Amino acid sequence: MNVNQQPHMASPYGQPQPGYQGYPQSGYGGQHVPGGYPAPYAPYNGPASAYQPGPPQGYSPYASFPSKALAANLVSDLSSSSPLDLGMRGPPTSGAPPVSAAQAYSQFGQGDIQNGPPPLGAPPQSRPPVSQPYSQGAMNLSGPQPPYNQQFGAPPTSMQQMTTQMASMQVGSTVPSPAGPGYAPPTVSQPSVSAAYTPSAPSSFAPTSTVPTQPPSTEGTPQPYYGAPPQQPFPTAAPPFSAPGPTQPPGPPLASQQTFPQAPPPSQPPFSSAPPQVPPASYGGPPPPVQASHPRAAPPTSQPAAFPGGPPPTSTPTQYTGPPMQQPPVSQPSSFHSGPPPPPTSAAGFPPQGGAPPRPPHPGIQGPPLASQGPPMSQANHVAPPQPGMLAGPPVPGMAGPPPQPGMQGYPPQQNGAFGQVRGPQPGYAGPYPGQQSYGAAPPAQAPAPPAPKRLDPDSIPSPQASDIPPVQKTRHRIDPDAIPSPIQVIEDDKANKGSEPFVTGVRGQAPPLVTTNFHVKDQGNASPRFIRCTAYNIPCTSDMAKQSQVPLAAVIKPLATLPPDENSPYIVDHGESGPIRCNRCKAYMCPYMQFIEGGRRFQCGFCSCVTEVPPHYFQHLDHTGKRVDCYDRPELSLGSYEFLATVDYCKNNKIPQPPAFIFLIDVSYNAVKNGMVRIVCQELKTLLDYLPRENPDVQSNIRVGFATYNKVLHFYNVKASLAQPQMMVVSDVADMFVPLLDGFLVNVSESRVVIESLLDQIPDMFADTRETETVFGPVIQAGLEALKAADCAGKLFVFHTSLPIAEAPGKLKNREDKKLVGTDKEKSLFQPQVSFYANLAKECVAQGCCVDLFLFPNQYVDVATLGVVPTSTGGSVYKYTYFQAQSDQERFLNDLRKDIQKKVGFDAVMRVRTSTGIRATDFFGSFYMSNTTDVELAGLDCDKTVTVEFRHDDKLSEETGALMQCAVLYTSCSGQRRLRIHNMAVNCCAQLADLYRNCETDTIINFFAKYAYRCVLNNPTKNVRDSLVNQCAQILACYRKNCASPSSAGQLILPECMKLLPVYLNCVLKSDVLHPGADVSLDDRAYLRQLVSAMDVAESHVFFYPRLLPVHKLDVECDTLPVAIRDSEERLSKGGIYLLETGLNLFLWVGANAQQELLQNIFGTPAFGQIDSNMTSLPILDNPYSKRVREIVESFRAQRSRYMKLMVVKQEDKLELIFKHFLVEDKNNSGGASYVDFLCHMHKEIRQLLS
Amino acid sequence: MTTFPEFIQQNEDRDGVRFSWNVWPSSRLEATRMVVPVASLFTPLKERPDLPPIQYEPLLCSRATCRAVLNPLCQVDYRAKLWACNFCYQRNQFPPTYAGISEVNQPAELLPQFSTIEYVVQRGPQMPLNFLYVVDTCMEDEDLQALKESLQMSLSLLPPTALVGLITFGRMIQVHELGCEGISKSYVFRGTKDLSAKQLQEMLGLSKPTAAQANRGPQQPQVPPSNRFLQPVQKIDMNLTDLLGELQRDPWPVTQGKRPLRSLGVALSIAVGLLECTFPNTGARIMTFIGGPATQGPGMVVGDELKTPIRSWHDIEKDNAKFMKKATKHYEALANRAAANGHIIDIYACALDQTGLAEMKCCTNYTGGYMVMADSFNTSLFKQTFQRVFTKDVQGAFKMAFAGTLEIKTSREIKISGAIGPCISLNAKGPCVSENVRGHQEQQLCLIHLQAPLCIKLSTFYFFLQHNAPIPQGGRGAIQYVTQYQHSSGQRRIRVTTIARNWADAQTQIQNIAASFDQEASAILMARLAVYRAESEEGPDVLRWLDRQLIRLFMFHLRRSPFLQVFNNSPDESSYYRHHFMRQDLTQSLIMIQPILYAYSFNGPPEPVLLDSSSILPDRILLMDTFFQILIYHGETVAQWRKAGYQDMPEYENFRHLLQAPVDDAQEILHSRFPMPRYIDTEHGGSQARFLLSKVNPSQTHNNMYAWGQESGAPILTDDVSLQVFMDHLKKLAVSSAA
Repeated sequence: MNVNQQPHMASPYGQPQPGYQGYPQSGYGGQHVPGGYPAPYAPYNGPASAYQPGPPQGYSPYASFPSKALAANLVSDLSSSSPLDLGMRGPPTSGAPPVSAAQAYSQFGQGDIQNGPPPLGAPPQSRPPVSQPYSQGAMNLSGPQPPYNQQFGAPPTSMQQMTTQMASMQVGSTVPSPAGPGYAPPTVSQPSVSAAYTPSAPSSFAPTSTVPTQPPSTEGTPQPYYGAPPQQPFPTAAPPFSAPGPTQPPGPPLASQQTFPQAPPPSQPPFSSAPPQVPPASYGGPPPPVQASHPRAAPPTSQPAAFPGGPPPTSTPTQYTGPPMQQPPVSQPSSFHSGPPPPPTSAAGFPPQGGAPPRPPHPGIQGPPLASQGPPMSQANHVAPPQPGMLAGPPVPGMAGPPPQPGMQGYPPQQNGAFGQVRGPQPGYAGPYPGQQSYGAAPPAQAPAPPAPKRLDPDSIPSPQASDIPPVQKTRHRIDPDAIPSPIQVIEDDKANKGSEPFVTGVRGQAPPLVTTNFHVKDQGNASPRFIRCTAYNIPCTSDMAKQSQVPLAAVIKPLATLPPDENSPYIVDHGESGPIRCNRCKAYMCPYMQFIEGGRRFQCGFCSCVTEVPPHYFQHLDHTGKRVDCYDRPELSLGSYEFLATVDYCKNNKIPQPPAFIFLIDVSYNAVKNGMVRIVCQELKTLLDYLPRENPDVQSNIRVGFATYNKVLHFYNVKASLAQPQMMVVSDVADMFVPLLDGFLVNVSESRVVIESLLDQIPDMFADTRETETVFGPVIQAGLEALKAADCAGKLFVFHTSLPIAEAPGKLKNREDKKLVGTDKEKSLFQPQVSFYANLAKECVAQGCCVDLFLFPNQYVDVATLGVVPTSTGGSVYKYTYFQAQSDQERFLNDLRKDIQKKVGFDAVMRVRTSTGIRATDFFGSFYMSNTTDVELAGLDCDKTVTVEFRHDDKLSEETGALMQCAVLYTSCSGQRRLRIHNMAVNCCAQLADLYRNCETDTIINFFAKYAYRCVLNNPTKNVRDSLVNQCAQILACYRKNCASPSSAGQLILPECMKLLPVYLNCVLKSDVLHPGADVSLDDRAYLRQLVSAMDVAESHVFFYPRLLPVHKLDVECDTLPVAIRDSEERLSKGGIYLLETGLNLFLWVGANAQQELLQNIFGTPAFGQIDSNMTSLPILDNPYSKRVREIVESFRAQRSRYMKLMVVKQEDKLELIFKHFLVEDKNNSGGASYVDFLCHMHKEIRQLLS
Repeated sequence: MTTFPEFIQQNEDRDGVRFSWNVWPSSRLEATRMVVPVASLFTPLKERPDLPPIQYEPLLCSRATCRAVLNPLCQVDYRAKLWACNFCYQRNQFPPTYAGISEVNQPAELLPQFSTIEYVVQRGPQMPLNFLYVVDTCMEDEDLQALKESLQMSLSLLPPTALVGLITFGRMIQVHELGCEGISKSYVFRGTKDLSAKQLQEMLGLSKPTAAQANRGPQQPQVPPSNRFLQPVQKIDMNLTDLLGELQRDPWPVTQGKRPLRSLGVALSIAVGLLECTFPNTGARIMTFIGGPATQGPGMVVGDELKTPIRSWHDIEKDNAKFMKKATKHYEALANRAAANGHIIDIYACALDQTGLAEMKCCTNYTGGYMVMADSFNTSLFKQTFQRVFTKDVQGAFKMAFAGTLEIKTSREIKISGAIGPCISLNAKGPCVSENVRGHQEQQLCLIHLQAPLCIKLSTFYFFLQHNAPIPQGGRGAIQYVTQYQHSSGQRRIRVTTIARNWADAQTQIQNIAASFDQEASAILMARLAVYRAESEEGPDVLRWLDRQLIRLFMFHLRRSPFLQVFNNSPDESSYYRHHFMRQDLTQSLIMIQPILYAYSFNGPPEPVLLDSSSILPDRILLMDTFFQILIYHGETVAQWRKAGYQDMPEYENFRHLLQAPVDDAQEILHSRFPMPRYIDTEHGGSQARFLLSKVNPSQTHNNMYAWGQESGAPILTDDVSLQVFMDHLKKLAVSSAA
């Protein structure tokens, strides 16, 4: 939604600058030159744009802006309802009254940016231009800090208006506070802006600002502000809902601050009051729409009182249903379940919504609020959402429920983030949380611990209410599947709450939005979550705590991740001939954590505290805050991710590297020719050679290419430009591989194009009649390796291989497929390589920087476990196309190949993770080789490769300094340049376990668990691995229950908000083919998946373990949003529906037997179910919006994944359905995997055991 | 009865055989006393255009251990249709095809004038000829270009049905697949690893050599056995020409101070292996062109560091040539394999430095291949020599034969004790073979590969030992040479030469025996024996041994010749000279030992003069033929005239003729000789005159020039003894009876 809308405003707002500016400004305070901010970066990107990637997000900002503005105004003005208007006015009034709304927006955007500066100097005036209005507004706002509180009050209102309001609220609150405190009023305005954007933003601001200005004071101050303001508003929410107290809430509040505590109470009142205020109207609206996500909101609306009462929820619940969240809010425990039930399945939820006032309300509500506020934006947002119903819901919730409900969903998360950040550091927490909780209450799902973690009380589970609604039958345990935490719900909530605002990385300890959420990132000192995701953003201070909680501390790092087009890739910094500036002792690279002292002549390392001289050429004066004056001119001082140009010292043998090379090694044995692979590859390579990776699209790639084919012997090709015809050189001496030619093997594409094309034309014909069925494999890689050695460069081998290499040669394998071993203690040997040859070869490859990508086209067992050793040790990929058939698999293969060749890649890379004292990177998972315990060596590193790093304590951490990590990757770019990519990450440290549980990311944890388990199967029986996983998970949850949750009946299952999906996801991991294979899963597949997962990032592992199931028949052709996914369970499939299932590797289109004819006609071009060809791999291109839209969706899904997903059409009752059902992971599967409900009960039992 | 010299000449013309003694002593004791052994100098394939090809197969003695061929010396019972083998006295029945035989209707093999007769075997397929080029690519572009042109040219000289193959090598070895369209294909091998024929066969993907298996049975399939690597010229002429044209220098970088890595040893091994598993016992020629020494892998003769020079005689004597033994062993093994399969290895080495011929000599020596040494492929010496390899006789057939074997049958009284020449033993045992072998580890059979511009390329010697048994007085000893070979037309042919000599009792008929002595043949025989020993023993010993054998003039020159003297010659050069010495016919060999010197002057027609410093006169033009060099030397005065340009003046036309005469003569020699000699035109005081001065007898030196007076000749600055001194010394020795 937001995204879409953003476009319009986006540019203006866009200017992420706001965030940015905020930054600079704050940092600089007045001192800085207004222009400074843009300028600083300017050098890097040309224009400011570079920096402010975030800007686009502007949207939310809008909302926030207004809100803020409102807030400011409000202060004086008043609270809720009017605020909206005010908000609108705010801007205008503030200074730029004249400006039209639209303009205002744009101005805002600009203003933000500009504002930034102005504030610095002299508040508003300095910025006379457009910004003025804003700044003024800001000024005003800031001026009256007191207003804040009011503002808060106001925010709610605004919130109602804006979906994102929630955020804004928080933001607003936060913003103001930070601004107020740290900065002068002026800053406030800015902050507000940013704040408006994302809650996080504010937070980020705060930190930044704090740091520069008055670290201590600022923080403190802001929080208070926040606390105060938020408290009131939030608190209300919090209390009502899930008496957040139950779980964490109680704790936090207390701990946090007295104020907070107070806040809660007040909040409640506010709540109630609030509801009344806006609620009525908004509520009405919200509730209905809410349903799904809103649900929570709805509840409130419907029964403002209800909230408090909890019980009311019941009634609402139904509506809430969708919002399982609601449940929590309502009667936390019961509500929970009940909640869910009501929402029944999404589908269920919808109906109610539709039927219910919801929709109408929404519009209405929204309309009103919007209208009132005038924020066209908001309206737009709302509007859009409304349609989908569900979608609408979410946004609405924010809107309608604004205060409470929205808060619940959206808020909680946001708030958490925001709060966490803002206060995160401190007491503030409680306050915010409460607030959140209140909102969240609904959201219990979310961090807002308060919202009451979901409690799954086996007994109570069968939420009456819920049960009512959900048609679903109760399971034997009387547990209603709808009553248990729903991944879909969480995902949708996160989307609703965090999707609209840019995620600002500057705030320590703040968990980013989920991987399923579309969001923008503003780099303000920490690496974007696209590069690094942590399992926990608040890590325990001591190892005892860590041990107690059993929560893994890990970071999933994707160093070369591709960023969306509107975010800038890391800037390149050149520190001249002496190379990057580094700490003398620990060799950490210059980063924002380096503290400059002694007037800038030295800096103190944030990692090891060692003091290092600043080289003269790098010297710069410090401003009064202790920051370098050029701080914002230099990415390495202000950003989380950037690159250094490496000097010769960083090169192998102290020689500038040669441009890398790609070598294509094609199997031309009988099978390869027969299944068409050879022809397809050759054909495709002709065009692909134009798309070799390059850094500047205008320049030809420096990468050289070489070609070889092989069966039992190898054929090298001389494609020197001066030849009329390529020359083939056969090397049959595979026992002792060598490269027969030097000159002419690796060539520049443009020079040798004619010869290469001639070669690729001839290869398929040359081997068309081959009878050779045996192949070699080891020598093939050796050959490529030798070629690279001879050319003295790094590079990548693309090996297209078909069969088990049984020909006499090094690395010869025998068929060892023995299914009888499965399930025995010897099973692990099947995952281990058969011979040690390949491990040694891999080592050599890594030493040379030779990355191997393997494309397999097997018709039978090929021993992926062994063949994959080299690719997975060199940072390469394995692609497997079993029973490859040219016709049906060509597209998938070609797309994979294209992507693989074109994707951004670095060579000969070494990655090192440095951490601040107290923790240490101890273990690494992924496709790489390690020759010692610290350096991750990757012969090749592409944009999809992920390394998971586990940390352990080796000392105590302090809450004040937090924990820092710096991931430095030294690599050779595709142009042959040696570079260092640096990613910095700071996380909080906590002394309270509650903080840990409140700020972790389940998806990342699962990613870690999966990788960990998949590695363990190499050495342990799979059963042991499964058991230990379950055990660890139970300990995590038990620890939470014991230490963080409020005392309650032992029979209750209480899950931390952030981890409520842990059981369901874990179950998916346990049921995966690797850990729990069905009878029909081949050993190769298991080995393949095992290797695949070990390099997956969080987004991929998420969808891999919990596939996305989309009800296509609910598609709204008119808008771009996707229907809300449904849970992966067969009982949620309707016979009349069509569903699209995405696993990250495959796409299934499941067609119900009773699907509407019209639908079938539109999608398949045939009205009859029976006539659908289940062999089709792509949908027919039909000229109707439905078909178009479905195909678009399919394409967009494919675009999101690193591997092309083949589409399979599965008809209900068809034989293929078995495969399809395998991915309905909430159900029991054929091989004995537990259903979600069963597993949850099992988990519950385990926890209880641990507790007792 | 003619005189012995006439008899000898007649024998040589007819049968290509010369004996050291033409009457044989009848006891072994006497034979040993005679110092010069009884031996023959035999040219198996002497060019005999007048020989009618006999289109049937020879008739063999039925005794399994004899298998001698029916010949004019056999006694025939025309009525009983029986013939008695003159070697083993076995009585054999004539086969039905000889039914019409009678005194007046004799088959050719019984006619006395056909003591040498050639049968054409009709059985079996006509096997193609194989020419496998093994080409070094580590050489200067200019050289390579010249070589490529020569090779391309040679294609046109091959019979269209001949199979050709190409192997190139440098750091790697490439076996080129021929006749592929579009992409040219080659199999590559690294030069550091030797491969057995079996490995090679697998790696090249060759089918089992079933078709071409050794058995030359009649049931051999008639399919022209070609494969991807060896294809008929007519088919891949263009392709190969292009391939050669695209041949590039070895692309691997050669860093400063290094020699290029040249994998000659393995390349040859692969060539041998390739033919071994495709065309065993079929005529084939491996023509190896090298531009430098092998520097890596088996067979390397020097490392790739330029700072370590290639071994010299000095190193060898000091046992300081660390690669030599291994390399020699490698090439010997290859040579044996090639020879066993009837394949010839040629080596054309063109480089300024040594190329390792000393190590590789056995390749050519065992297989009957050529060894050609020149400075560059871009010289006419190489180009013309190479071209001359493909010369044809009047019938349009190559003057070369392939895959030959030579068997020798002897009368009971004598046995073979060895052979020296381009051959190897078949290791057959038989009644004709002495247990006491000397010379070459000789036996019965020599593998020969012959070719010859002069039609006498190969000469083989046989030493006979008298049997102890009493010899029937007046009887004759007989020897039969049976040479089987593949004619360049593809036919297999068998040439049979049967000769007989009288026995004589040394006690009583010493005159006869002495009269039958063939001085020239003996000289050559002894020289070859000496060279053979020189090859296998230490140098000084050989000289001493030689000194004990008394053959006058020749020995003086032989002692000074490069065949025995290694001073100032590299091991390669020695090998080269010896190689040629061992295989030229008698006349040529004599030239090698004692170069011929002709003098041209206004005083009369050209005349041969003494190879003596006294022959060097200012008003003479000298033409010296040392076999390897043709040198024209203008005397001091003549040179001045020439410089003054008299030859261009019409009134001095006679001077121009004088100048032209030796040049014409030299050209004639140049055109007929293989390998083409180095042609040198020099004058008094010219630096090249050293070639002449080093050959002539230093009768005048700086030591005695004044003693002899200034009458004539030019003094030679040397400490070598002159013939006069040598003779004096010899006389003394002869008289002193110390020898």
